[in-house]
Amino acid sequence: MRYIPITDDERRAMMEAIGIESIDELFADVPAEHRYPDLELPAPLTEMEVMRELDMMAAENANLREFASFLGAGAYNHFVPAIVDTVISRGEFYTAYTPYQPEISQGTLQAAFEYQSMVAALTGMEAANASHYDGATAVAEAAIMAVNIQRHKRRTIVVSPTLHPQYRQVLRTYVQGMDMKVIGDETHDNDFHTLIDLTDDDTALVIVQNPDFLGQLHTPQEMQDLADAVHAKGALLAVSTDPIALGILKPPGEYDADIVTAEGQVLGNSLSFGGPYLGIFAFRMKHVRKSSGRLVGETVDAEGKRGYVLTLSTREQHIRREKATSNICSNQALNALAAATYLAAMGKHGLRKVAELSWHKAHYAAQKIDQLDDYEVISDKPFFKEFVVKCPRPVAEINRYLLEEYGIIGGYDLSQDYPHLGNAMLLCVTEMNTREEIDDLVTALGEAAHPPIVLDLEVSL
Amino acid sequence: MTLKYDPNVKYAKTDEWARVEGDIVVVGISDYAQDALSDIVYVELPEVGTEVKAGDVVSTVESVKAAADIISPVSGEIIEVNEALDESPELINEDPYGAWIFKVKASDLSELDALMSAEEYEAYNATREH
Repeated sequence: MRYIPITDDERRAMMEAIGIESIDELFADVPAEHRYPDLELPAPLTEMEVMRELDMMAAENANLREFASFLGAGAYNHFVPAIVDTVISRGEFYTAYTPYQPEISQGTLQAAFEYQSMVAALTGMEAANASHYDGATAVAEAAIMAVNIQRHKRRTIVVSPTLHPQYRQVLRTYVQGMDMKVIGDETHDNDFHTLIDLTDDDTALVIVQNPDFLGQLHTPQEMQDLADAVHAKGALLAVSTDPIALGILKPPGEYDADIVTAEGQVLGNSLSFGGPYLGIFAFRMKHVRKSSGRLVGETVDAEGKRGYVLTLSTREQHIRREKATSNICSNQALNALAAATYLAAMGKHGLRKVAELSWHKAHYAAQKIDQLDDYEVISDKPFFKEFVVKCPRPVAEINRYLLEEYGIIGGYDLSQDYPHLGNAMLLCVTEMNTREEIDDLVTALGEAAHPPIVLDLEVSL
Repeated sequence: MTLKYDPNVKYAKTDEWARVEGDIVVVGISDYAQDALSDIVYVELPEVGTEVKAGDVVSTVESVKAAADIISPVSGEIIEVNEALDESPELINEDPYGAWIFKVKASDLSELDALMSAEEYEAYNATREH
């Protein structure tokens, strides 16, 4: 996209056309005393001074170069190879937006097409869109898509209680006012049979997460049985997954999921305070016309040369208005490019290696922590890179000790979302955690088991 | 190219045509409509057995340019849909009065009195910008 400023001549011609003498006349409706308010800004700084000030502000934040992190719960610390930033920093790509005259930007479309192709291959699905905002909105779009596929005759969404709690909140926010019901997470009963029992002739979609929010894995056979049972009742199945886990796990497409969603941050996107991330969204080709978001297709031009287009845009809001299949026809182009670059750089074997390292390190950590007197790993199913640890004290207190004494960012405190688990912490271990970090974590947890004797010697800084 | 008008059907302002066969009403879209839409790429057919009211949106015809809602001109039950359109939506472009979309077992044929004759529809189209 080019930005072409207007010339003085053009500005004069426009002013003449609308009959004004000066630009100020356009602001005549703003009371004069409010036109140039005094913003009381601090005095200007030199570039050097600005850099110093920003450095000081940045230093207030804990960052992952200095702190070991065992925090996951939906956003994960995986390695981002340098090539990702190199590619996405290119001027041709460095924009947040899909172009409004898309076909002029063949490179952008090709990148999106390659992203979609890799997502489809990774999830085992036939088609994928150019991404949604994040893993949570992708889940919400799956629900709306399912209701559209069911021609609005089925309007209930059954969700597993181990679908990410924030995804369930976003889903409920999305569908309010749409005459849809979201059920299934009233209790913490995570048995698939419970979900199947809840599925009836009003159920449009069943949504589960695998690996689930608590890190647990459901076997391909359990997933296949769930898919079969859901389909037998005329509903569809959506699976929210971890793309890194798909380096070693069977993709949801192979156990007959109808829609696959995921948080795509793990693929080459840094954590950066929670966003921007991208929502992965893949589906069956037979449902393509009910799919949400933007779709890039490959075609040939008048001379027979390969080219890319935004396809099936008649589903989209700029054409179908209120009848669009979704009202999100934007995507996370730059984040999706980072994901595509990451996948291309890692390749099949690289992704597998990341998954294996995460798996092994997480299991090493779980084994060591389980050996501690006061802690117990309570994941009763196989897990991938996250697991639940029952703690002897409130998680917030333990985390404070880990951070202050060891510079370790501890796990996610489950007490709000899963109070029935008691003082439970969701720990995450990835390929980024060294063995030393894990050993330090185990030591620190051991020390944090008992409240330290507090000497009131706090010195104010 | 001149547009074709079938004298044996009645026309809605929203460009559907309706042909009465006993108490069954066969519905499609006019030559004017298919010409305006250009290449049709997809027809979302209604479900057989659905009860509809005159004025309900029951189907969608999607072309490379737009997606148009198809409105039932009559109340009743959808008893048959033209499944050939699933595979070959272009049949509507080729033969708009042959390629019907759905059939309604009508509960009140007098609802069709609101529709136009071929002459009236042709005159109506002459007043529209194509």
